[in-house]
Amino acid sequence: MDALLSDLAKACDDNARPASEDDHVGGVTPRFVASPASTAETAEVLRVAAQHDLFVVARGAGTKLGWGAAPRAVDLVIDMSRCSGVVEHASGDLVVLVRAGTPLEELQSVLAAADQELAFDNALPGATVGGSLAIAPSGPRRLLRGTLRDLLIGVTFVRSDGVVAKAGGRVVKNVAGYDFGKLLTGSYGSLGLITEAVFRLHPRPPAQVVVSARASDAASVARAAHSVVASQTVPSAVEIDWPAGTDSSGGGATVAVLLEGTHEGVAARGETVQLLLEPTGTGSPTADPATPDWWGRYPFGAADVGLKLTCMVSGLGALLDAARDAAARHGAALHLRGSAAGVVHAGLPGETPAGVVSSVVDDLRACASSYAGSVVVLTAPAATRDAIDLWGPVPGLELMRRLKNELDPPHRFSPGRFVGGI
Amino acid sequence: MTTNGTIHALAARLRGVLDEGAVITDRAQLRTYECDGLTYYKVVPALVVLPRTTEQVAAVVQGCLASGVPYVARGSGTGLSGGALPHAEGVLIVMSQMREILDVDIASERAVVQPGVINLNVTRAAAPHGYYYAPDPSSQQICSIGGNLAENSGGAHCLKYGFTTNHVTGVELVAPDGEVVRLGGKALDPPGYDLLGAIVGSEGTLGIATEVTVRLMRAPEHVRTLLAAFPTTDEAGAAVSAIIAAGVLPAAIEMMDALAIEAAEYAVQCGYPGGAGAVLIVELDGPHAEVETQFEQVEAHCRDAKAFEIRIAADEAERALFWKGRKSAFAAVGRISPDYIVQDGVIPRTALPGVLRRIAALSDRGIRTDGSPGVRVANVFHAGDGNLHPLVLFDESVPGEAQLAEEVSGAILDLCIEHGGSITGEHGVGFDKMKYMPRMFTDDDLDTMQMLRCAFDPRGLANPGKVFPTPRLCGEVPGRHKGAHPLAQAGVADVF
Repeated sequence: MDALLSDLAKACDDNARPASEDDHVGGVTPRFVASPASTAETAEVLRVAAQHDLFVVARGAGTKLGWGAAPRAVDLVIDMSRCSGVVEHASGDLVVLVRAGTPLEELQSVLAAADQELAFDNALPGATVGGSLAIAPSGPRRLLRGTLRDLLIGVTFVRSDGVVAKAGGRVVKNVAGYDFGKLLTGSYGSLGLITEAVFRLHPRPPAQVVVSARASDAASVARAAHSVVASQTVPSAVEIDWPAGTDSSGGGATVAVLLEGTHEGVAARGETVQLLLEPTGTGSPTADPATPDWWGRYPFGAADVGLKLTCMVSGLGALLDAARDAAARHGAALHLRGSAAGVVHAGLPGETPAGVVSSVVDDLRACASSYAGSVVVLTAPAATRDAIDLWGPVPGLELMRRLKNELDPPHRFSPGRFVGGI
Repeated sequence: MTTNGTIHALAARLRGVLDEGAVITDRAQLRTYECDGLTYYKVVPALVVLPRTTEQVAAVVQGCLASGVPYVARGSGTGLSGGALPHAEGVLIVMSQMREILDVDIASERAVVQPGVINLNVTRAAAPHGYYYAPDPSSQQICSIGGNLAENSGGAHCLKYGFTTNHVTGVELVAPDGEVVRLGGKALDPPGYDLLGAIVGSEGTLGIATEVTVRLMRAPEHVRTLLAAFPTTDEAGAAVSAIIAAGVLPAAIEMMDALAIEAAEYAVQCGYPGGAGAVLIVELDGPHAEVETQFEQVEAHCRDAKAFEIRIAADEAERALFWKGRKSAFAAVGRISPDYIVQDGVIPRTALPGVLRRIAALSDRGIRTDGSPGVRVANVFHAGDGNLHPLVLFDESVPGEAQLAEEVSGAILDLCIEHGGSITGEHGVGFDKMKYMPRMFTDDDLDTMQMLRCAFDPRGLANPGKVFPTPRLCGEVPGRHKGAHPLAQAGVADVF
């Protein structure tokens, strides 16, 4: 063990140590933590891991480390916090090259100095570039800007055998070679360890307005959302927030529309959206300069059950309805929040019994699947997580297994955390 | 090596599965499929099939698998990288018979189409509802959605709206193991690896799409287009930088240089301002108030950058005329030069002025130091995202010209790589550019990418001899002939 630790330390400038319980991944405590500061050091650490046949999980800030299934085994956590910083912000090209361990807030503050941004809404303070790429969360502005997969244009990563590879590049338009960035994005760290990423950026819009309306039932919510999505006002986001327990008499759902652009443009578009929302709301729509408190945050905390529901855009009302029904039927307190793009997050209190969570998820899957969507359990307390099917049906699973076997034959990375036990 | 007997047996097998006349073995007919849009390379396929259903495509792939015969899928055959160049001992699977638009679901903002559907027809189907399909390659009147998916096609408006990969949400795929798999659909973010993201742009090496679900977008409320003429490409490049630096994201910014303008004028009489060393076409779209505000800024930036004439499209007819010159530029160059090479390199936008000057120097002097004359290079490009389309003009009948053009063309790609760019922005690597891949990627990069290929196609039968210059042996089947392209084997590819 001492020899192994010393090999790891040698690989990353003496930044390796025995793990403590705080370093656990989904309840599994590793033996060591190594903190490389560069792609080269990360590769060296992984070569040591391969030599000693260690199971490895990469960690950014750890904000989503408990998401997915518990790993079957973890010997080594590779902590990427030292592999941090913006390498190059080419503002004239609207491109940034950044190391994986960089916190998103730090990245955004560098970009803001040039009135630019990575058009990604991070819900979890402290989250890093690499950890976000690994899990591929999404926020309100995915409606207009897409998700991290759409913003990532180049990636450098280390394979489980310690070989460094890159794909994409530093220009937005590039079709040379396979788009490995998309495979790594949302792979839960199971294919390779991302060390550097290149993103396309957007100019920060000079003005914004948020138009909000209240609605009392799923049909009204869906109608309101659709009227804006189908308009020519080009909303950056159309979000729905529906806390648990609010019934039809309470007018419990909020539909909020974010418009970004020039001062003149935003003012005119805001008026149009207010008119669109007028007939669907339970009161007059309001226009505010700032987003509401709940904006861009998950409707669940770290100790709760977090779900992600998807459906085709036209199925939004039915899915919301089904979710509310299922919650009522099973006596669960379900908080819904999501995008008119057909991606909704839902939260259940952590103390909800596993059987109830399972029943709600089953009902939601039945509804989501009839609208081409899926239900994934992102996070849950260990007892619940281990008792239910987190992913539901996964089309293409056989191809995914073959991909995993090619890239990481010993299943060294995050074993068991991802779909189908990958 | 595939034998004639193998092909005969396969043809017989497929005749039992495909429609009457859908299995072509007649040499004269086969010859009509010998190239795609990059007509310089020609290979007559051993067999051509024209399936009409997913089951038929699967049967063809299974047949090829059973007999170890390589295959190449082809859409409309408009590709410019030789990606659909047939295999001499293989089957060419022509997807153009599968051309039904299956579903236009406006409420879900999606269309479900067969792969042979023409790009523009998706927009035509959606237009009555006020929607359109955003990716608009210049060949959109004839290119197919399946081909677009294989190449991750772009177009003039991808600066703002992204590429095919940002607009495909689902695919039904006949994987190289002959199985039919559905990935994604009308909803977003299916669980598991983003295989769809890897398949789009994989140039037919990871399977054959038999059904594609695409995003439909709401048509913009307002569109404004201007044409600005500049003394040289330097000033036009400065205008582009100023527009982007001001935080304006136009739907498109296109540039043409003097030679490209001359060609377009000759071919389609687009009436661009005389004496221009460069023209820019800038188009803004979106909500009325946004477009009007930003359009004023764009005009001002063009003036500040010394545009000597600015025309603003008064109506759709004038806008179409601006675009006609641009969209016909490739074909137009054929009118002023017997032969030409289209390149597709990408550079960071800020490197534009410097790179254009170096291309001009290459064009004036050639890359040789023996005093031989250079070749003419016409520049047409997507200036907003740095995607160059230099057209290197030559006359094959003049000894040495083709070789010189090829050298200049390669030197331009080297310039792109030197500036941190790419060898291809939207045309694909295909057969044409795979020899440049090692200049952009390390052996480890390419080896890693091919692990994906091995996962999908361990026997290496799906469009072999494309994209990667050195095929990787996949673990399970050691020592197999990996189907390096016969042209490459014969050394023809580098002769040009």
